[in-house]
Amino acid sequence: MAQYLISMYQPDGVVPPPEVLAPVMAQLGVLTEDLKAAGAFVFGDGLTDASSATVLKAEEGDVLITDGPYLEGKEHLGGFDIIEAPDLDAALGWARRFAEITGLPIEVRAFAGFAG
Amino acid sequence: MTADALDAVFREEYGRAVSIVLRTTGDLGLAEDAVQEAFAVAAQHWPDEGLPQHPGAWIITTARHRAVDRFRREAARGEKEAEAALLRAASEPEPDPFGDDRLRLLFACCHPALAMPARVALALRILAGLTTAQIASAFLVAEATMGQRISRAKAKIRDAGIPFRIPPADELPARLAGVLAVVYLVYNEGYSAGLGAPPARAGLCAEAVRLARILRRLLPDEPEVRGLLALMLLSEARRDARSGADGVLVPLDEQDRSRWDASLLAEGLGIVKVSLGRGLLGPYQLQAAIQAVHCAAPSPAATDWRRVLRLYDLLAEAAPGPVVELNRAVALAEVAGPREALDAVDGLPLAGYHVFHAVRADLLRRLGRTEEASAEYAEAARLAPSAGERRFLERRGAELDA
Repeated sequence: MAQYLISMYQPDGVVPPPEVLAPVMAQLGVLTEDLKAAGAFVFGDGLTDASSATVLKAEEGDVLITDGPYLEGKEHLGGFDIIEAPDLDAALGWARRFAEITGLPIEVRAFAGFAG
Repeated sequence: MTADALDAVFREEYGRAVSIVLRTTGDLGLAEDAVQEAFAVAAQHWPDEGLPQHPGAWIITTARHRAVDRFRREAARGEKEAEAALLRAASEPEPDPFGDDRLRLLFACCHPALAMPARVALALRILAGLTTAQIASAFLVAEATMGQRISRAKAKIRDAGIPFRIPPADELPARLAGVLAVVYLVYNEGYSAGLGAPPARAGLCAEAVRLARILRRLLPDEPEVRGLLALMLLSEARRDARSGADGVLVPLDEQDRSRWDASLLAEGLGIVKVSLGRGLLGPYQLQAAIQAVHCAAPSPAATDWRRVLRLYDLLAEAAPGPVVELNRAVALAEVAGPREALDAVDGLPLAGYHVFHAVRADLLRRLGRTEEASAEYAEAARLAPSAGERRFLERRGAELDA
């Protein structure tokens, strides 16, 4: 059994109106329940706005702190889930539901398993 | 026992051997290493001792032993993993009577999570047993580039956890379509290189046919597998007649039909006949059926264009797209005349496709609009992907003035 990171990328500063957002959040809630029922859920949540991020970088013995986010761009990581899945096909099956519900680009990556 | 004979065994047995040894190793890279080591041992022994009775089985047994030895040697892999591998190796029944192992491997190599060029390279490398150098020269890229592409794809299979399995029934049609697309892309790559291409590129056509034959053996009941095989066979049958002594393209209606390969033709037509009898045709079967109408006609004038048009109507439903509309228009011109065909062609979003301009040129010529036809022939020639096609189109353009 491997663990996969399912990342959702969303455009900065675009907050859908409640009548759009509410059903999406409800469906994501159902999906989370399904993940839990299947024993696949590890962790998942949405992130606060990317503009609230803080970036640290070690430089010449000091650690520089700057107002984030680290990567410039119009889209940022908006939230993620960590799931357990036997293989990529199973992970893609879950990720497909995230894509259908949110309409956002969804990225799937396997964890390397360093943590054992 | 010559180097050629060993090479032939390699091509024939490599994919099957890797797919079976994969069951022992669980890792594609290790399976390939083991099979390559086995072939290296074979290269030392076979020239003196001659081919064993079953070269494939010999390779598989030797490779499996190598893989198990390696597990034993590499303490880093841990005792447990080595034991598991030994156990898998010991408990295995006779390998792969139905070819399921190779199918599992094929579906992994053609997984939609891999980029198309990577799928093509993996299929040729692992299933068809081509060397990295051969694939690189066929696709006109540096060997190092192709090597990188292949190793990156293999790393993704391992790291992302792409499974080695035959997709469940509900996913099979879509996944199989993906596999067939890889095979057809290999064919088209060789075909479009076409006239006067280096042998490695032209050889891609034969490799695609070989992959399709393997697929048909593995999935004998899949109609689209047969359809694709038939489509490629009927195209291959006419390959030699497609170019004149001067290397210039000879169009279908001017080809010397006695130069068509009778045995490829018979095989392709035979498959189409069976398909048509079963009804419910997919895109590859329909394209094969269209080619079959052309191939079955004793002369260009005897072509049953109405039947061709009906098949294109079905194809436009099964696989809609501008290229299908373009080809359909060629049949429409024969049935309803060039004016209707030109109406159907105009506005298709194919301005960068040489055949679009060649078809328009021909229709305009038949309507007596010589000047426009001349411009279209020139544009088609400019876009033509091979010298043979370009010279044919230039010649057609020049004939307008004559």
